[in-house]
Amino acid sequence: MSSPRKSFAAILFSTDHKVIGLQYFFLALAAVTIGVILSLLMRFHLVWPAAHLPFVSGGIMTPEQYLALVTMHGTIMVFFVLTTAPQSAFGNYFLPLQIGAPDMAFPRLNMLSFWLTLAAFLVMLSAFFVPAGAPISGWTAYPPLSGINDVTGPGEGLGQTLWLAGILIFCIASLLGSINFIATIIDLRAPGMTLMRMPLTVWAWFVTAILSLLAFSVLFAGGILLALDRIAGTSFFLPAGLVVSGELQTGGGGSPLLWQHLFWFFGHPEVYIAILPGMGVVSHILANFSRKPVFGYRAMAFALCTIGFLGFTLWGHHMFVSGMSPYSSLAFSFLTLSIGVPSAVKTFNWLGTLWGGKIQFHTPMLFAIGFVSLFVTGGLSGIFLAQPAIDTELHATYYVVAHFHIVMGVAAIFGVFAATYYWFPKMFGRKMSESLGKLHFWLTFVGAYCIFMPMHFVGIEGGVRRYADSTGAAYLAALQPLHRFMTISAFITAAAQLIFFSNFFASLKSGEPASANPWNATTLEWAADSSETGVGSSGPRVYRGPYEYSVPGAEQDFLPQYIAPDGALATEERHAR
Amino acid sequence: MPASTVLDSLERGRGRGNGAGGGFFGDGNGSAGNHGGAAQRVYVTGMLIALGAILMFFAALASAWVVRKGLSNGDWRSFPLPRILWLNTLILIASSVTLLHSRRSLRARREADYRHWWRVTTILGALFLAGQFLAWRQMFAAGLFLATNPGSSFFYVFTAAHGLHVLGGIAALVAVAFYKPARLTRETATQVVAMYWHFLAAIWIVIFALLSRA
Amino acid sequence: MSIESSGAHSRGSASVALLLALVLVVLVAATVYIFAAHLYPAPRPISQEAVLVDHQYDRTLYATGAAFILAQLGLAFAILRFRDRGQRARFTHGNVALEILWTAITLLVFVGLGILGRRAWADVRFAPAASGAIQIEATTNQFVYNFRYSGPDGEFGRLDPSLVNAPAGNPVGIDPNDPAGRDDIVVPELTVPVNQPVELLLRSQDVIHNFFVRELRLQQDAVPGMVIPLHFTADRIGTYEIVCTQLCGLGHYKMHSLLHVVSESDYESFLKREAAAQ
Repeated sequence: MSSPRKSFAAILFSTDHKVIGLQYFFLALAAVTIGVILSLLMRFHLVWPAAHLPFVSGGIMTPEQYLALVTMHGTIMVFFVLTTAPQSAFGNYFLPLQIGAPDMAFPRLNMLSFWLTLAAFLVMLSAFFVPAGAPISGWTAYPPLSGINDVTGPGEGLGQTLWLAGILIFCIASLLGSINFIATIIDLRAPGMTLMRMPLTVWAWFVTAILSLLAFSVLFAGGILLALDRIAGTSFFLPAGLVVSGELQTGGGGSPLLWQHLFWFFGHPEVYIAILPGMGVVSHILANFSRKPVFGYRAMAFALCTIGFLGFTLWGHHMFVSGMSPYSSLAFSFLTLSIGVPSAVKTFNWLGTLWGGKIQFHTPMLFAIGFVSLFVTGGLSGIFLAQPAIDTELHATYYVVAHFHIVMGVAAIFGVFAATYYWFPKMFGRKMSESLGKLHFWLTFVGAYCIFMPMHFVGIEGGVRRYADSTGAAYLAALQPLHRFMTISAFITAAAQLIFFSNFFASLKSGEPASANPWNATTLEWAADSSETGVGSSGPRVYRGPYEYSVPGAEQDFLPQYIAPDGALATEERHAR
Repeated sequence: MPASTVLDSLERGRGRGNGAGGGFFGDGNGSAGNHGGAAQRVYVTGMLIALGAILMFFAALASAWVVRKGLSNGDWRSFPLPRILWLNTLILIASSVTLLHSRRSLRARREADYRHWWRVTTILGALFLAGQFLAWRQMFAAGLFLATNPGSSFFYVFTAAHGLHVLGGIAALVAVAFYKPARLTRETATQVVAMYWHFLAAIWIVIFALLSRA
Repeated sequence: MSIESSGAHSRGSASVALLLALVLVVLVAATVYIFAAHLYPAPRPISQEAVLVDHQYDRTLYATGAAFILAQLGLAFAILRFRDRGQRARFTHGNVALEILWTAITLLVFVGLGILGRRAWADVRFAPAASGAIQIEATTNQFVYNFRYSGPDGEFGRLDPSLVNAPAGNPVGIDPNDPAGRDDIVVPELTVPVNQPVELLLRSQDVIHNFFVRELRLQQDAVPGMVIPLHFTADRIGTYEIVCTQLCGLGHYKMHSLLHVVSESDYESFLKREAAAQ
């Protein structure tokens, strides 16, 4: 019984969570493409500053253009890739499926969230096309640099205003999305799906949504105040007596540190928003392809919650040298060190999941394993930065850039890759090519380490971040060989992503057709169709935990959550008897 | 047999997934028992979560206020709040009371009373907003504008933010009065609007108290 | 469906496992080598406080290095040892005792590092400058440093932002009507005597800047509207670079100056020379 084919408009404005999930996915894909191109322009300029570059108006990049790239690269990647793909794309698609809900709690609100996100993206991108260009204050937009107007620098006029508008719209979109996620998880779980039977992906989306809810509200408030400073003459963040380029500014009395507190109160939970869903996916995939339950499921769920909670308490570690009280710094430091504990617990448990397993190296599994390695590396470098005495040496050097790129720019992206390869058969009914997937993995894993490991050493030697080139202080010249190596690695690794693109799009059309549950997985999203989950008009029912692999005595090495203990498949069948 | 996917569903116009078959597109929640208890509860949950976000937003503004006031540069200027704010506060509290009345009437199936008190609540809400505009006028008259001093800046930010939320609340009150929602029962619709409205009244009291300490 | 005939599964390929393990081993080896051989060292420290920072850095490096090696090699071992060779996976949901153990150890190590590192921070930040420290005011603006000495009278003159006029020779805005400011010395580079406590008073005229000297292992943001003290005692004569690490505009990458640590007598000469020149 089929209906006539849906109109294009009906698809575009669909409220179906799967369609919306894919819309977010392709938005993130577009965003990451732009973000990578921006970073390649940056990396190229750092090594060959006099070169003529495409996309750069005037040909040879000016310092302000470099800073505009820095700002937009960071903003686009953090918001439109890392806050979008792991949570909004995969979460929207798979959360309802994994908990046995028919859709998200508020489907039309969901659709609105996506369109607001898209609007935010377009407003943000428009900053590139105004005469003075995009803002140069970094994704962190510290006032007074960002708080006056273009007297502080090119791009700080209309460009910064458009940037801020984009951020504010994104905040609303994100808040609406979070409401949907949390309500769905609380109220729409299928019978038998207790909290302790939820897949860890769901736990991750749950905690992430709570973080988003509480963090983006604060960013919105801060952004409003910054906007007022810029356009209405208020002085929330602008001190008195500023002399910018010889001109005395009016107004004043505000505190630049107040912006930093508001921003980082959002900004720190934001990085956990970026990584937590990836952690959930990795746990999920490691179990699936080790054919073993997750080691310490309860601890894993609890660790997600602990990381989420602690993540709100330690924003001050971004402000150790900001002029904040040194006593506060020490307090923030201990909190930051303590968040290493649940993070370590998760790492141990991932290793524990692999231990004694029956490991199968499909592409999603390779990316999941890669995630573990990358998270170890990136997490450990954080231990240095968490201590203010050491941070005094490393703050705002490339060491910090290495740290957050390895956890966010690589590990979190590996989570997205793993999820893509893993769930592709479910989304599109076909599998991506294994050999191309593996090639993509090797080049990206090795390539990413080649880009970001040397960056630590640049930082230790004092290489400062957000520098348009190395012609300032004399000692910077010695770091150029490392920069060259990183740039070449970046280009090769970026080129390797073309393998992923071609694999993805070719497989959409002509990938090997996939069965309903090609990975022999246990969770609800893999149920072939209604009958297998026992759905009549009553929805699926859940009988056990999410990772019952290799149960002794069972016929197969996996026991799906939705199969009743007596093995009956369809409740309809049973009722019929 | 290849698994059907969202793309196939798009072609066939039929939903896919683990819920009840069919009807996902364009209609949102396709589960049977649309008006069952669990299905209604989700709206209450959603509103509660939304209030959490709004609370955080105002908390951020409040902490900014505390920090800004506490800065040692001595530029904080106290000023008397417009007197009409006291009246506005009373009106807003009254509107919460009338809203309680309205919902109680609805539960007791006293239709006319429900509608009457719902109308009164809406009017009181509009009166509150009008009163806030008058308060702004009084501030203008005293020479206190958005950028005049930090205290006045916060005054306008708080009252504007709160006022916009109240405007949304009035829109919701009107919508419930005139528009039959597809998925929510009237009981649920009035409940979530009431949650929102009472929250706004409560947070206004906190804001007013805060601003009074300037 | 038996385990063997699981259809779509491929076995745990030995070549993939070996390659992945090899990548991890190379990662560990290369990283350990680069650190152990000090291929990219921070420049030699020039103060006692900097040495404390280096000690804490080393402690942290040993602890995290050990964790890094164990974790990456443990991962490599696990994927080799437990690749699918037709065995049955061990069915376990975890081990509470083990989890408690490694959680406790991690907590001890991380918090322990924090406690050990407290002194390196406290000595610089909690303790005020030594009494009698030489006070020098550092004023930053896009994209230069200006260092002000109080001159022979030992007092800084009053500053007024409306008087800032770099082209006219008053980059920090000294009030000409204040007699204390007449002998103030304003220079673009920082000169200090060796082995003497110095207190730097950081200011900014426009946006947030920063003062960073690698050899001192010390940096601090200069925030407009604030005067932030920073003290150090340089123990090695030489010239060191000062850079700005807080994004401050298009000239951020070119904002730098020099720190000259000189002998006592050279410092006196410097003061006399500059006082005459003002």
